[in-house]
Amino acid sequence: MADPNGVLIIAELAEGKVASVTAELATIGAQLAKSLGQELSVIVAAHKVATSAGEASHLGVSKVYTVENSLLAGFQIEAHLVALAAAIKQINPRIILVARSVIGRDLGPRLAFRLGVGIAQDTVDLSWDAGHHALVATRPVYGGASMAKVAVKSVPAVATVRPKVFDPIANSAPGQIVPLTVSIDPKSVMTKVLSQQKQAATGIKLEEARIVIGGGRGLGGPEPFKVLDEVAKELKAAVGASRAACDAGWVPHTYQIGLTGKSISADLYITVGISGASQHLAGISTVKNVVAINKDADANIFKEARYGVVGDWNKVLPAFLTAVRELNSNR
Amino acid sequence: MPVNIIVTAKQVIDPETPASSLRLNAQTKRMETPPNVPPVINGFDENAVEAALRIKDAQGGKVTVISVGKAFVTDVVKKPLSMGCDELVLIQDDAADTFDGYATAQVLAAAIKKIGTYDLVICGRQASDFDQAYVPLGIAELLGIPCVTIGQKVDVKDKNVTVGRAFADSTEVVESPMPALVTVSNELGQPRYPSLRGIMAAGRKQPISWKLADLGLNAAQLEAKVEMLELFIPAREKKCEIIDGENEEDKGRKLALKLREAKLI
Repeated sequence: MADPNGVLIIAELAEGKVASVTAELATIGAQLAKSLGQELSVIVAAHKVATSAGEASHLGVSKVYTVENSLLAGFQIEAHLVALAAAIKQINPRIILVARSVIGRDLGPRLAFRLGVGIAQDTVDLSWDAGHHALVATRPVYGGASMAKVAVKSVPAVATVRPKVFDPIANSAPGQIVPLTVSIDPKSVMTKVLSQQKQAATGIKLEEARIVIGGGRGLGGPEPFKVLDEVAKELKAAVGASRAACDAGWVPHTYQIGLTGKSISADLYITVGISGASQHLAGISTVKNVVAINKDADANIFKEARYGVVGDWNKVLPAFLTAVRELNSNR
Repeated sequence: MPVNIIVTAKQVIDPETPASSLRLNAQTKRMETPPNVPPVINGFDENAVEAALRIKDAQGGKVTVISVGKAFVTDVVKKPLSMGCDELVLIQDDAADTFDGYATAQVLAAAIKKIGTYDLVICGRQASDFDQAYVPLGIAELLGIPCVTIGQKVDVKDKNVTVGRAFADSTEVVESPMPALVTVSNELGQPRYPSLRGIMAAGRKQPISWKLADLGLNAAQLEAKVEMLELFIPAREKKCEIIDGENEEDKGRKLALKLREAKLI
């Protein structure tokens, strides 16, 4: 068998379309492929692949491998694992990239174990290290208090990539579509979804928002989150919260940002009455610009912030909102 | 029907330790806490203990806790016993600190096989130190059993387990035949506090100690597939620019102007 070759990204589909996290994988995948001097390809496994394979072919890839099987409908993880493991044996890549999304955080590690290889989880930077002859990945550890640089020594090397760290790749000329034949034993499907419930869409998703505004203990109650909602509406932002605010029951736990909540990668994160406990900082390590509004000038959050306002949010935030409305109406 | 449950628990440094008092040991490539800050059981693993005890409360059975580590603090690792678990298996090894997730999963899967009879393995969704969310999935793959992650509610009925899962914008209920592995999250609810009686009983109980040799693992199974090259604290070039103004309202206005100028809003 030929030496393992190339970078393979695993496409994730959301309602039949290629998810934006896959286009982000293509960006870092293309960089790695270039360092290796090898090709970038993508694999789409689904019940029906025609549309999504067409979309995926524009991700700067030379090939789109497809696996089509009715057992791959929805996202049945066991069927996907069987299909992907078999397909990867045929493709024989050197590096495999998976998005660390809700789906990928289960799929990536299980796939790595099934292939008997190592994986770097939740990476925020990846490079091909010719010296170590390995994929080298950087990932936040200890709740973001430090970063670990690890070398994945196995072949192939697998990594899951944190969403929103890389920009999606620009559309390119289409790559070649290569259908693969893979059989899936229906007995491999063991778990089944009994029911599913969408929660009422509450605006923009925290993990995907470009701007996030978050409230903490300093807000003192649930009522002030209405002001945050108004600011969010004006800025097209998502609203989040610290663990303290969620534990107090001011907002649902789905708002929680931090170690036990969500990780955000916004361009701008405006914190209001958040002190900056390491528990919270763990979820914002890839935020590009933090703004702190806090009346305690010594609060830890100012150490993380690019811009800070020392003052009572009750006065600062409404004035901020008024000014933003003016700016937006003069645009 | 009584249910045999195995829970994995990891001793970690307390994630509530202020970042400023953590020290990076470049030699061991680990973070260290001051000696007066005791380690804790990983928070999600306490959720796993709670999930197991709820099932035991409802239908009886046995809960066995397994932990792999280099240096156990007795009072810390015995906490699941004082919460109501029945047995504690400690696998101590001087190299345990340097195991990667692959090796740790091999050790835990081998220990579970040695225990032999089980209906359910429950793990915390991830550890608060290395945050990989990797080992439980590996255990399931190595044991060849189905795996359902991020449970907020775990119920056993006949030969099946049903798991309520919570995501950012949806919830779902998944059913799996047993034996199965389930990981749980903090949405499961507050873990119970040890009762006085539980603490007394735990004090008297001797943990079962196994060595790697007892598990019949070979060196190749424990060879790291992922090597830690470096642990570092990222350079923070962030210098906070404090927005000043005549009063708090003025600061709010100036903040908006500043963010527009920086093209952030």
